[in-house]
Order: sequence, then C-alpha cells, then structure tokens
Amino acid sequence: MTVSSSTLKLAPEAEARIDDLQRRYPTKAATLLPVLWEIQTQVGWLPQEWMAYAAARCEVPVSKVLGVVSFYTMFHQEQPGRHHVQVCRNISCTMLGAEAILACVREKLGVTNGGRTADGKFSLEEVECLAGCSWGPVVQINRTYHENMTPEKTAQLLDSLE
Amino acid sequence: MTKIITKNWGVKDSHLLSVARANGVYSNLERVLKTPIAPKDVVEAVKKSGLRGRGGAGFPAGMKWSFVPQNTGKPIYLCVNADESEPGTNKDREILERDPHLMIEGALIAAWAIGCRTVFFYIRGEFDLPERRIRAAAEEAMKAGIVGDNVMGSGWSCDFIVHRGAGAYICGEETGLISSLEGGRGEPKIKPPFPAVKGAFGCPTVVNNVETLCAVPWIIEHGGEAYAKIGTEKSPGTKVISVSGRVKRPGNYEIPLGYGLKDLIDNECGGMQDGYRLKAVIPGGSSVPVMKPEQVATLKLDYESCQAHGTFLGSAGCIVVDHTQDMVKLLHVLARFYSHESCGQCTPCREGTGWAYRILTKIVQGRGTKKDIDTLRSLTQQMDGATICALASALVMPVQSFLKQFPEEFEAKVQETVPA
Repeated sequence: MTVSSSTLKLAPEAEARIDDLQRRYPTKAATLLPVLWEIQTQVGWLPQEWMAYAAARCEVPVSKVLGVVSFYTMFHQEQPGRHHVQVCRNISCTMLGAEAILACVREKLGVTNGGRTADGKFSLEEVECLAGCSWGPVVQINRTYHENMTPEKTAQLLDSLE
Repeated sequence: MTKIITKNWGVKDSHLLSVARANGVYSNLERVLKTPIAPKDVVEAVKKSGLRGRGGAGFPAGMKWSFVPQNTGKPIYLCVNADESEPGTNKDREILERDPHLMIEGALIAAWAIGCRTVFFYIRGEFDLPERRIRAAAEEAMKAGIVGDNVMGSGWSCDFIVHRGAGAYICGEETGLISSLEGGRGEPKIKPPFPAVKGAFGCPTVVNNVETLCAVPWIIEHGGEAYAKIGTEKSPGTKVISVSGRVKRPGNYEIPLGYGLKDLIDNECGGMQDGYRLKAVIPGGSSVPVMKPEQVATLKLDYESCQAHGTFLGSAGCIVVDHTQDMVKLLHVLARFYSHESCGQCTPCREGTGWAYRILTKIVQGRGTKKDIDTLRSLTQQMDGATICALASALVMPVQSFLKQFPEEFEAKVQETVPA
C-alpha cells in the first residue's frame, strides 16, 4: 500500500481535534470522514491536494479517499457558492410544493441543479429527504434549515443573504 | 397517554444538563451503576419489556443485545444510529434537539449491558441543530463525570464519540453505517456474520436506533413488565410517529402502539387541512406499501396490524396523501430517490432502481405504454430479495403497492402502443 505524504496542515485546533480522535478510534482509517469534514469546514471544499493530505493523515491510499469523497453527496469536489442552497425534492416536500420552490430558486439564481452563480455567491443542489417532512417544504442553506417554505419566503430569504 | 420518549419536550431548555437532571435524566444510569444492576439483568429487563427496534426493522432490542458474545477478548462497540433519512420520518431529529441527555443515558445503559467501552454516535451529515445539541450534551456530560472515565464515580468507563455522516441514505442500514464508520463508502455487508458477532472493526457490535435507546431508562425505572403493559401484547410500548402532508397539525406524536391511524390523523393532527380530502397514507416511511382510506380507517399503529393490512410500521413516518396528489408523480419521486441512493454494489438494485425510474419518467411525461407498466411489475418482482440489503425492496414495495392500489392513475397516463 502506497501512502502519500503531504506538507499541508490544518489550523492547530483542527489538528488537535484529529489527534484526539485518532487516539480514541480503533484505526486511523476510521477517522477519514472526520478529517474530510475538518478540511471542508476550513477550505470550503476538497481540492485534490487536500485529499492527499487526508490520505496521509489517515494512512490510506489517495484512491480510497477519492472513492469515499465521491460516494457521499455532502463532500464537494468543486467549490460551492458561499450560500449553498439545498432544496428537498422528496415525497412530503413535493406534496407540499417543492417544485414551485425549485422553480423560484432556478429563476432567481439563473442556475440549475449542481450549478453555481458566476459571482460565486450561490450554488443550487436538489437534495433528498432532509428529515423535515412534517415542516416541509424544506430548504437548507449551508447548514441552516428553513422550513414551511413558500416561493415568496424563499425569494425573500435569498435576497436577504449577503 | 404515557409519554416515555417525549416526556420532557414541553420543558424549557430541556436539552441542558441542569434541566435534564431536574427532569430525572441520568438517575436510572446512576441506579444501574451504583446498585449495581448486573449487565445480564439489564438485558433481561429489556427482553421482558418486549422493546423492538424503532429504526424500522422492529427487531427485539434485548435479544439483539443478548447475541453479543462476551468471551472473544475483543472490544465491543455500540453504534447509535442517528442517520435518520427515511422519507417521511423526522422523529430522531426532534428527540436529539429536545432531549439529547436522555439519548446519552439510554446509550450508556445499553453500553453497560453489552460490555461496551466506546459508543459511536453516527449522526447524519445534514443535521445541524441535532449535531450541535448532542455534541454540547456529550461535552457537558463529560465535564460532569457522566461520560468518559469513571462514569458517575462507579469505576466503569465509557467513551462517547460523535461521528458525522456525509449524505447517504444507505448509511442508515446497520452494516452500511458500520462501513461508513470504518472510514469507507457506506456499502452494506453480507449477513451473516451479523454485527453482534463481527461488526465494526471486526468486533462484536450492536447498532441501535435513537428512539430505541431512549426507551431504556424508563424500562430500568419502571421494569420490563410495566413497559410490556403499554401498547399491545406483541407490540409493547410507545412509538413516536412523524406525520407529514396536508393535515392541520403535522409533527411528531408519541402514542401507545396499537393506536388507530385514523384517530392520530383526526385527533392529534386535527384532521385534514380545509379543502383537502384523504386519498392515501404511507404509514411507515416511504419504503412501505401505501394504504387507501378504507384501510386507514381500520389500521392500528402496531407491527401486527400493519402486517395484517399488507404494510409495515417501519420507521413510522406517516405520509398523508391528499386528494390533489398525482400518485404516478409521487412514485416517480420515490423511484428517483431510491435510484439516487442505491450504493451500486448489487446489480438488481443498481440497475433495477434506475430502470424503474426511467420507465416512470416516460410515463410521467406521457410517453409510456401499457407494456411499460407490465415491465415495471415484472422488473420489481425480480429485484425483490435479490440483494445484500433491503434498499431494492424498499422501492419494490411502493411500486407494487401503488400499481395495485391506484392502477387507474397509471393506466390513464399510458397508451396502447409507442406514440409515433
């Protein structure tokens, strides 16, 4: 097994958190998801050189890191917008009007699923159930949930973001 | 109605340790450790309670715990499944937001019972407030000597690690969760070996749902027999039901098992919204067969009544469908979901879910034929039970039940032959 090396370093607090987890998990490989989260939180996405860092940090091949990153929808291989707009399109939200919300976001931002505005301010992702079914339609922007949405409220929300 | 899981939800700041302790949280853990109640006696109490897994499969929790071998010399792990992502279900999320300490107490009692020293708390990546709440609660509990070394001065130690997922429905499947915890793609593993024997890191592992563990402190306090008296004989206890759709008061409701689905909709939820009539209910999350109003009228929310009606209680995500909804379109949404979430390991699932989605796309767009409906039927028959995990079957059930219950809606959208 070839393990890459990397000269990159995360912020000292993040490095300390990873050290702590690597003492508590049975294997270093198991800390791959936490390490990728630390990177994405600091860098905003997962550029290749940072995937190599994760491989070195967790002592796994880079190919395994790419396999993991590409498996999960929340790991970004491209930089999302500063406001990553995630619109649920699953069954309960669809019944409650998710299509109208999606249409509103597409029109306002001028992008479709997976797209990012030219100024880098917004990106749009159609997502599956966010476990907010009782309070749908649900829109998640970065980590924050917005529930019981309407197209009007969605438009106002997008306008209010800096 | 007895409240076990949601009893503290009305209390202000119920997520804080000081409030939780005033609510009695951790008093049962303390009793277990200080008496001490032997691990086998804790397992016995949970067995007697008849508590069944609340994530969807409904497997008896005490029995699951008793499968863990105690003589392998290997560490034993408890994984808490907080990867709630079954469409229609939002109960674990609210439990974590409102009473994270009850969750931790239940997990620690379970850990004690199975001989575990490290609890992994697997939480879905999208959850924001629930993750902050469980992390804050674990930290508060650690500082107070409740989690970590020498729990409550008992000499027993147990670590509690929050592990964040990254967006994959399949990680709610227990072996998919384990693959993900080990740092891999969330691909389910062939059983046997079952996780209880060979799970996370090759060690004996129990995976329990959030709600299941939250019932454990009450069972310790009141005894397994008292728990078994709530609900029905074969489905004891309470269940938190998530209700979504056009009812007046959607949300999470804790009811004794055996409670009428129609009563829940009419009473707790205040009935349908004005101008909307009941058309159907998917009672157990999107993976289970759909029910028509005449079935809804007699269905009781317990494992046996659901099965007698040809459906499942599942995760108890009740999706209430109103008369304005197009069943073909809703099934199309579900097929897209399962196709998107298939991990790709098994051909019948990887190809079958995508094929079903493409056929439904054709039908929704008015390009479908009668033969497409037949294909959908035969295709799903071949997918069922032919895979490592239950994801393929989770699409088979809605497809077959939608076709059976609402054939006219599908037939109305297709033509005899391929349009020119």
